[in-house]
Amino acid sequence: MATKVLERKPLTWAEKTYLPQIVHGLKITWKAMFKKPITLQYPEEKPELPMGYRGIPTLVKDPNGREKCVSCQLCEFICPPKAIRITPGEIPADASTAHVEKAPKAFEINMLRCIYCGLCQEVCPEEAIFLQNAFSLSGYSRQELVFQKDKLYELGGTLPDTHHKWDKKKAAAAHPHHH
Amino acid sequence: MEVILLKALYALLMIGAVMGLAAYSVLGERKISAWIQGRIGPNRTSFPLIAKIPLIGPALRYLGIWQPLADGLKFLFKEDPIPGHVKGIYYMMAPVLVLVPALSTMVVVPFGEYFDSAGKAYPLILADIDLGLWFIFSLASLGVYGIVLAGWAANSKYPFIGGIRSCAQLISYELVMGLSVLPIIVWVNAPGVSAGLSLVSIVNTQGGAWFIMTQPLSALLFLIALFAETNRLPFDMPESETELVGGFHTEYGSFKFGFFFLAEYAHMVIGSAIFSLLFLGGWHFLPWIASPWPASIFGTICSVLWFLGKIVFLMFFFIWIRWTLPRFRYDQVMQLAWGKLLPIALINLVFYTILVAFIS
Repeated sequence: MATKVLERKPLTWAEKTYLPQIVHGLKITWKAMFKKPITLQYPEEKPELPMGYRGIPTLVKDPNGREKCVSCQLCEFICPPKAIRITPGEIPADASTAHVEKAPKAFEINMLRCIYCGLCQEVCPEEAIFLQNAFSLSGYSRQELVFQKDKLYELGGTLPDTHHKWDKKKAAAAHPHHH
Repeated sequence: MEVILLKALYALLMIGAVMGLAAYSVLGERKISAWIQGRIGPNRTSFPLIAKIPLIGPALRYLGIWQPLADGLKFLFKEDPIPGHVKGIYYMMAPVLVLVPALSTMVVVPFGEYFDSAGKAYPLILADIDLGLWFIFSLASLGVYGIVLAGWAANSKYPFIGGIRSCAQLISYELVMGLSVLPIIVWVNAPGVSAGLSLVSIVNTQGGAWFIMTQPLSALLFLIALFAETNRLPFDMPESETELVGGFHTEYGSFKFGFFFLAEYAHMVIGSAIFSLLFLGGWHFLPWIASPWPASIFGTICSVLWFLGKIVFLMFFFIWIRWTLPRFRYDQVMQLAWGKLLPIALINLVFYTILVAFIS
């Protein structure tokens, strides 16, 4: 590769006094003074989060407003810091979602342990757990930071999903189709 | 009697002005540094009732006008810890020793002019002593004792290094400062004129050309020495927070630290005042242009405001330089003072002495 040798000129007399350089520096800072600030007024202005941001893990409901989690406990088993604890429970036989069989009786995520890795979201076969955009988290006690099921659903809300997996299953069970 | 009352009133006004300028220059420093660095700066403090006024309240809040108040209260109400290893009485004494010289120099600083019924102008000054400039230099150099004492009394290594540095630096630059002012004194006291060292007579000489035009080199030398004397960047050796934690005031907290803080900015205010008196024509309007204000109370206020405007501009310049230049290395500071500035100042002095002798 060809190298270009730059000629290094000796400093002129004016340059040796440093004063022109100082004036130049003053010009730069003067211009900087009138630029728009790049900071955000944080609690009022929130940063724009990129796609796929991993915030607090939350539980979401399906478009019908039903619990998606079937308490398969895959997230509990994959969670590297063991932050998730699920107590499975049965769905009563007379409920409209009885064909789902299981739902969590209790679902705890210990936010003091959670490392926001997103493995729970990746592993979930029901797309019931998502790391959403909430990122600022605080509490007055350790107990308060162990999020319970109701809190997780409150944070998660409903995410649009077009599979309607359990509706299809129910329809299939109602109208058995034989080949 | 009336004179004493007037002087007392003027003294109170002066303390108010200097302390107010010092307090608000802290805000200025924070705001200007924020603007230069692409931030907004303090914009959260607000005052209970005034915050409710539409437009003005939020505007004042955005400008951080109440921040100095909050800062001062914070310094007052904070716990004042005294570390176990300090040297008691000297530790307490140091902040006072820093602040007192910084504030007492203002006695001989004229802040404007007032007019009697005949229209004759008198300077607005607490004590128009013959040795005004001398008085300022001798008092200002006492400030270094406070800093050295603080560094030593704190009895720990970083403050100690800070104290030593400030000692060496201030002594070197005081020399340069004194020498850079001498040509002005020679100029003012040309053969046949005896104006003394009074700052008032120096200002009165600048009705035409300002000294920054006739003696630009003296002005530059004085400005550099002023930066060093007030411990401002690029000469903040005694503090240099990145290498000496906080320098001489590392072990201080609460209001004692507030004293050092206030003293630094009071130094800046007085320093800017002296620079504008010596080189920027004091309260004179513009070079060769007579002051446009009438010889009345209104004219007095105008002259004071004009002078304060010059001070504020210089304070802005101080802050502007601070966020432009990096700190010198310690040996460079010494090299600059003894190797460069001192010879230049001497040559400058000789040149102007010969010039004055030649002209007259």
